[in-house]
Parts: sequence; structure tokens; C-alpha cells
Amino acid sequence: MTAAAAANPAAPVVRLRQVARTYRSGTLEVPALRGISLEIPSHRFSVVVGASGSGKTTLLNLIGCIDSPSSGTVEVCGEDIAALPDDALSDFRARNIGFIFQTFSLVPVLSAYENVEYPLLLVGMPPAERRRRTLAMLEAVGLGAQARQRPNELSGGQRQRVAIARALVKEPQVVLADEPTANLDSATGASIIELMRRVQVQSRTTFIFATHDPQLMSHADETFVIRDGELVEQRQGDRR
Amino acid sequence: MNLLLKIAFRNMLRNLRRSLMTGSAVAAGALSLLLFGGFAAYIFAGLETNNVQRIGHLTVFRSGYFLLGAGNPAAYGIDRYEDVMRLIERDPLVGPMINVITPTQSLVGIAGNFSGSVEASKTFLGTGLIPSSRERMRQWDEFRASAGYVPDRRMSDDDPSRGEIGVGLARVLGLCEPLGLHGCPALPAARPPSGGAAGATGAPQRELTELAARDLTTGAQGSNPSPQIDLLAATAGGAPNVVQLAVGGAEPQGVKELDDNFVAMPLGLAQLLVYGRGEHKATGIVLQLRRSEDLPTARARLTTLFKEKHLDLEVRDFGELSPFYGQVKSMFSAIFLFIALVMGVIVLFAVVNTMTMNVMERTNEVGTIRALGVRRAGIRSQFTAEGVLIGAIGATVGALLALAVASLVNHAGLTWIPPGNATAVPLRLDVAGRAALVGGAWLGLAIVTTLAALLPANRAARLPVVDALRHV
Repeated sequence: MTAAAAANPAAPVVRLRQVARTYRSGTLEVPALRGISLEIPSHRFSVVVGASGSGKTTLLNLIGCIDSPSSGTVEVCGEDIAALPDDALSDFRARNIGFIFQTFSLVPVLSAYENVEYPLLLVGMPPAERRRRTLAMLEAVGLGAQARQRPNELSGGQRQRVAIARALVKEPQVVLADEPTANLDSATGASIIELMRRVQVQSRTTFIFATHDPQLMSHADETFVIRDGELVEQRQGDRR
Repeated sequence: MNLLLKIAFRNMLRNLRRSLMTGSAVAAGALSLLLFGGFAAYIFAGLETNNVQRIGHLTVFRSGYFLLGAGNPAAYGIDRYEDVMRLIERDPLVGPMINVITPTQSLVGIAGNFSGSVEASKTFLGTGLIPSSRERMRQWDEFRASAGYVPDRRMSDDDPSRGEIGVGLARVLGLCEPLGLHGCPALPAARPPSGGAAGATGAPQRELTELAARDLTTGAQGSNPSPQIDLLAATAGGAPNVVQLAVGGAEPQGVKELDDNFVAMPLGLAQLLVYGRGEHKATGIVLQLRRSEDLPTARARLTTLFKEKHLDLEVRDFGELSPFYGQVKSMFSAIFLFIALVMGVIVLFAVVNTMTMNVMERTNEVGTIRALGVRRAGIRSQFTAEGVLIGAIGATVGALLALAVASLVNHAGLTWIPPGNATAVPLRLDVAGRAALVGGAWLGLAIVTTLAALLPANRAARLPVVDALRHV
């Protein structure tokens, strides 16, 4: 987080102003987002909902600094991401943003422990501190006993727990989760949501989800509804 | 770095069959390069040994002899050559480097056999030498590439009139039977002087016989059971001179032109033939060094020394005196380069293909770790490390295989006749101990695999994160 943002905890952690994103397919231009403006305060459990192709993932990609807007500005943690060169963006993501993917996306040749440790290596954390944090995070997601196992030796729910641990271990400002429960059965999905919610409360990290899952929506502090690339509704507290 | 190698190694094992295939291509490349390189190195060592044993590392000539002296060697004799030899031997830099220093006398003339039943003559290229020095030179074997030293008793310091000739010359002079040579046809019966080619040589033959009868001392005749030939040459003063040579034996010379003309004789006899009763000179002073690596230093020092002493002398090395050595070396180097290029291209394509497949299969993983914060350079390093690892392991395996195969061949007792040789020598592959060859081949393949891995690695690094994450 920038100094300005850190000085003001009430400042939104994500701020979009008139953000549009258009993809080109040959000569065809496909608008994915059309002039979206929104602010997401820090320490929230926010959900972006919308039909498939509505632009949820594009929005998360922009907030996650892995895509850049065609127009408008995206500020994350007080930083205008369009102004950052590629290496600086990588470093920014390494420090401030955690990702949880629908397909878990763990590095298959690394153990659960090594997958969780990976983001800490990227920020150059000393080995002792790295080990302490990694083991603590694995314990927090209930996988202390599976630390040595590779992703292919874990169940879907366990893999997603590893992915959550990997996203949170560096204590990022923002965690972005794109359909994190889509590949899980309802019971496992519920436990994962419970886990994320618990960790979010403890770590006071901002979680932003793109989802269709009603269970997940029910835990939201605020919900953004997107349709055809436009923000059509923003409501507080779907949480029951 | 640790994580980079860990991921690279595990991914190599993850695609074990593919990695094995690619590694095998690299290993085959290393094996081919090293075996051929070892063979070529042995050829070079064998040729160098052969040359150094025959003509030493360096030869001192009177200036101009190298380019013009072949037509009239007698005119290019080195005055007081023994003083020059002493000067060289006493030089504090060159002296300790010398294994053998010996004078030689080159000459040209006509050799004739008029032993009664045969009358034949032939031009010859002669060398006068000191037999014991030649024997010491023949024992030089710095690279252990010699077929083994067998003492040559055909010439001796104790017998100043005995020499040896090429098998071709022995054949032409009708000496096959007296010398006990096998596979050597007898000369056809002599024709009358008036007809054919023999007629053209009839007059010189008669003159040669007369000269021989007039000039030869009685002491040189009849005491030796070896067949005798007469050698006619012009002295330095231009007068004809004849000596008689007892032929101790015939030795194949490898090259037919030389074999048909070669005569080796004691230095004293050659000097007697060329200089008569005048001052005996030498056309060359041969230096055989203990180590070939001293050659440039010794040559430079001798050149300086002769300049300092105002001696009209020049120094030539065996490469200049025997261009065949350089030609064979160039040919084998060109073949080695060609094989290296072919192997390099095969390895390049094998690694590019494997790494491209790896990148395609792991595009989503690339997107994931880029999203986690890995820079483009990190992705590039990751895939390059994998390619380099496969290349390094393949090259190491290839090098070990080459050492094993070379050891097997070297102990199999195989022989062959190298270019320019007349006799078979053991077939050897000089891989072990050739650090530059093994290291160079290994490094070359490592560089090729690195370059090959860089192409797909660069492609992976440049993938937009979003596109990589979407890849299925």
C-alpha cells in the first residue's frame, strides 16, 4: 500500500473510474467492461456477481493488475496501475495481491508447503520467518499434516485450501477469488467459504470474489452486480 | 536460484520420457563429438609424433634454403655447423629444451646398381644423418602415440658406408632379392643400349660405373655382405663425385614419390659425396625438443640468437617442412566442425521442440506464477534452466559414455594405417585427459541447449498473464 493509502485506513483499497476494457478479435472489437466506476473499502468481503460473459473476471483481472484498462483509471492500494511498468506491476502483485483461482492453479511439482512458501520467496522473506509463516498458514487451513504432499495427492477441497493459504500467507491487501467454489461439491464449498470468511476476519484483508455461488453471496459485505460490462447494482450486506 | 533449479529438476522428472529423449539427443551429440574429436586428436598426435621423430621440431637452414635449396642443396651448406650447434646447445633458454640436436645433409643425385646381373639407375633424394641421433629421435613419444620403438640396426655410427633406401627405390634398382623384400617383382631383363628407355641411361650408367671404379677407396668395398649401390652427385664445386653405399635394408616411406627416391646414409658419406675433400658442411641442423609446447619459444629465441650473432640462418618448424601435417589437421578440423554443426542443429531442434511442448503444457502455470508476482525474467529463467539442465545432464552422460567407449576401443588391440604412414599403428581414441576437448564439447552443447531453451522460454515470458491463465 502506498504511503497515502496507509495513512488513511478508511480510503478505498480499490477505486475504478470510468474503466472500459475492450478486447480485439481480428477486426472485431468486443467490449468486456463499459465505463465502470466503483470503490471497494478495505477489510471487506465483497462479491461481484453477474451472468457468464458479463465482465466479472475482466473486472477482477484489472483489480488484480494482470490486465490493463482500455480507458479509465484503476487504483489499487492507492497505486494507479496503468502507470506501472511490467516488472513494477509484478512486484506490486507479489506484495499486495493474492489470487485464488477456480481451478486451484497450484504448481504441480511443488508440495503443499512449497506452494504456500512460493509467494514469500518472491518478496525475499528470510528463511526462518518464511517457514514460520508457511507452517502457521497451513495449520490455519487445516493442512498441517499434508504439508509434504503434492497437489495431485490432495482432494479438490484440500487443493483449494492450499490455494487460499498461498493467497493469504504474504498478508496481502487484497485477495481476488474467481469462482473459488465452482469446482467443489457444496459441502466442501461451504467449508471453504467458512474458512475464507474466518481468515478474512482475522487478517482484515479485503476479499473480492467473482461468483455465481449463492452460498458465497450470502456472506458478502457488499455485492456488485454486473450486466453486459456495466455495473447495474451495488448493494450492502447480502450477508445473513 | 534454489527454487528455480528445484522446479526445473522436478519438471524434468515429471516429463521423464520426453526429457530422456531430448537428453539422449544431447548425449548422442556429445558422444559423436568426443569420439571423433578423440580420434582426430590421436591422428594429430600420431602425425606430430611421426614428424617429430623423423625431422624434429625445428630445423636450422642457411637463409634461402627452404625456398630455393632443393635444386642445389650443396650450395646452401651451413659453414662451421658444429659451432652453430654448440651455440644453440649452450643457449640458456633453448639448451635445456633440446632432446636431440643433429646435423643433416640433403642431396640429390643418381643411384645405380651395377652388380653384374643387374644394371639399373635412378635419381635419388638423399639425407645424410647420424644414425645414433636418428635412433634417439625415433624414441621421442611425448603423446604416447608411437607404435613402439623398435631399434633400427640397418645403419650404425660404426659403419660409415651403410645406409638404407626406400622400398620403391630398391625395386627399381633390382635389390628386392638381395634385400629379401616380399611382394617385390624382379626387374625385366636389361635391353640393348640402342633401344628403349634403358638406352637413354646407358651412357650415364657407364660413366657412373667408371667413376665408381676410379673414386672409391678400397676400404669401402667388399667388407660388407650387404648389396652395394653407387651414388653419383655433383659436389658443391660442380664436379661429379661418386661413393658406394652398402644397403643395410629398405624401408617403405608411405608416399610413393619418396619411396621411389629415398636414400638415407651416414652424414660423413653424404658430406664426402657433396663436399669431397673440401670443408664439410650441413644443410640443416635438426632440433628435437623434449616438449612440443616449447616450439614457439625455442623458434623465437633461435631467430633472435642468429640475428644477434649475425648468422645468415633461418628456422623452420616441422609443420612448414611437412605440409601434409597441416593439410591433414585442417581436413580433420573441418570434418569435426561439420559434425559439430550437424549435432548442434539436431540438439537445437530437439531442445526447442521439448521446451515448446513444456511451455504449451504449462501455459496456465505460467499465468498463475506471473499473477503471484514472478517477473518476465523469472519465467524466462525457469524454462531456460530446464533446457540447460537437460542439456547439461545429456552432455555429461554423453561425455561419460565417450570415455567408456574410448577406453574399450583403446584396450581392444585394434590397429590401422594412418595417412602418410607405411606401417600399422594401434587405433586409439584420445578422449581421456583431453580436458579442452571434453570441456569444449560439453560447453558447446550447454550453450546450444541454452540458446534452444531461450526461444520457447522467451515466448512463455512474453505471454500476457490473462491469456496464459485462460489457456486450457
